[in-house]
Amino acid sequence: MSLRIPVDTIRLAVPVLALSALLIAVFWLQPRAMSYLGLNLLFNLAVPIALATVAQMFILAVNDLDLSMGAFVSFAACVTATFLHSSPLLGALILAAAVAVYAAMGAIIHLRNLPSIVVTLGMSFVWTGIAVLLLPAPGGAAPAWVRSLMTAKPPLVPMAIVASVVIALVTHLILMRTSLGVLIRAVGGNQQSVARAGWSPLLAKAAAYALAGTFAVLAGIALVGLTTSADANIALRYTLLSIAGVILGGGEFVGGRVSPVGAVIGALTLALAGSFLSFLRISPDWQIGAQGAILVIVLALRLFLNKLERQERGG
Amino acid sequence: MMRNQLLLASAAALCLAVPGFATADTSDKQIALSNNYAGNSWRQAMLTSWEKVTGAAVEEGVVAAADAFTTAENQVTEQAAQIQNLILQGYDAIVLNAASPTGLNGAVKEACDAGIIVVSFDGVVTEPCAWRIAVDFQEMGRSQIEYLAGRLPDGGNLLEIRGLAGVFVDDEISAGIHAGVEEYPQFEIVGSVHGDWASDVAQRAVAGILPSLPDVQGVVTQGGDGYGAAQAFAATDREMPIIVMGNRHDELTWWKEQKDANGYETMSVSIAPGVSTLAFWVAQQVLDGVEVPKDLTVPFLRIDQDNLEENLETTQEGGVANVEYTLEDAQAVIAAASE
Repeated sequence: MSLRIPVDTIRLAVPVLALSALLIAVFWLQPRAMSYLGLNLLFNLAVPIALATVAQMFILAVNDLDLSMGAFVSFAACVTATFLHSSPLLGALILAAAVAVYAAMGAIIHLRNLPSIVVTLGMSFVWTGIAVLLLPAPGGAAPAWVRSLMTAKPPLVPMAIVASVVIALVTHLILMRTSLGVLIRAVGGNQQSVARAGWSPLLAKAAAYALAGTFAVLAGIALVGLTTSADANIALRYTLLSIAGVILGGGEFVGGRVSPVGAVIGALTLALAGSFLSFLRISPDWQIGAQGAILVIVLALRLFLNKLERQERGG
Repeated sequence: MMRNQLLLASAAALCLAVPGFATADTSDKQIALSNNYAGNSWRQAMLTSWEKVTGAAVEEGVVAAADAFTTAENQVTEQAAQIQNLILQGYDAIVLNAASPTGLNGAVKEACDAGIIVVSFDGVVTEPCAWRIAVDFQEMGRSQIEYLAGRLPDGGNLLEIRGLAGVFVDDEISAGIHAGVEEYPQFEIVGSVHGDWASDVAQRAVAGILPSLPDVQGVVTQGGDGYGAAQAFAATDREMPIIVMGNRHDELTWWKEQKDANGYETMSVSIAPGVSTLAFWVAQQVLDGVEVPKDLTVPFLRIDQDNLEENLETTQEGGVANVEYTLEDAQAVIAAASE
């Protein structure tokens, strides 16, 4: 083949195509969605999912997996609806401490060479436990500034789209354009060579986990801004959604190959898939299956493209 | 011009010719049911009732559509997304059984801002712009003591079977029972066990506490536990107390057997799953422009000695007694709340 398209562009092409195809289908099924209000309703609940997805992406970038994402976002949501609302300073301190715990978790996982799945699974019970202590029953209230930020109506483009673009840009800059980002991806690629080159893999892993914690906290805050209150189980779905979003967006489980823009698009695609199935009037019993089918189709497309990629390299 | 007039005339004639042609102002309105869970017999009956009543209403032209949507995972974020989708689909009203009393407030507010009527029932929401059809669980507990006071004017010892510990409904019904005992001080609660609203759990719990109790004249319950309690009493040589039932099929069946065998008398009270149809009619009334108070109360479905047979007949095995509400029922509930 003489036509040479950069490999990363091909990787990003699949999620972009999947999102466009779904969007066209949704517009065709429900022309009302093709408006400022419609786009906002379609995508505003995708904003916290996108934030949780990029958080998960930072963990996947260092070859780890965070099974506590949903529990941690729920915990952050509970803190937002209680402390951040009543005494903002204390609330901010608690959230900062939670991010510090995430960094420490990354350091311990690296130092003791522990499997991240086990550590994060254990931590998920800790987060849920604290969340239940904070809010035994659903309740709390969103801080006014969070609520007005999430329901802001910027001119021309709805808030949900603006937020998604900002999240994609910021994480792209962090992971792709800073030396820290390169270091994080390098740890995912080959930890030994990072250490031999004189860099600290410990620092990189702790930084990746701290970034993940930060974005997960933002996910919790954004979620409360939309729902106006929290409960201890509010974001349990986010663990699987965030992993699926990263993979759907062109990320890999190993090798430090992740795409921030792809991850945001993956999260939007997952959210849109739900609306699409709902507009199709598919019975709820089938919806989870249909959602899975969409994932399988996109992943199959990915595998096919990966094969092309390998052939191209080989030839 | 002439042709138009002819068309109009024939249309008018058609209206007159078809008897019972509905002329409600809501005939072009669409109502959606947003439901968070369908995994037990009560919810299944709720959905079946919805289908039956709204299906007939759509056929009669009362409303244009009444579709039911259930979320798959009983999660707040999932139902919030579902409500936002329903807004996009252009429904005029959303009837809502919510996964959380507060977690959906953001989505409900979006719906209200889009001019959509939101009527929540059973699982109600706190957002002020929505209507609430709530269950008065306290009254459900209190009415049991009131009934027993009628049957046993001299009072007596009561055994209380509670529900699942830590759940709001259990606290409410129990608070109502205790308020009733304060009102009728001739009664004393001599024992209390958790039956978890399940027959087998209740049977074990009652069998466990019975040896330590004096004579028991009445058993107050929360529903689902009456049959188990009866089995536990039957296994001893104690006299069968008055056990208040909870409209479940096994409870009604046992009561009927006892009634036929020895004239056993009691009553049974619970909430009918058909309350979804009450919410439907309330939404229809709001769409019709009727002034409806935001807070309404679900009537109980009470079964007494004389209507036991007909209720047992219509209750499915393993299910719970049900009643589907009519427009008139909804108007009565609205009128009661407007006073």
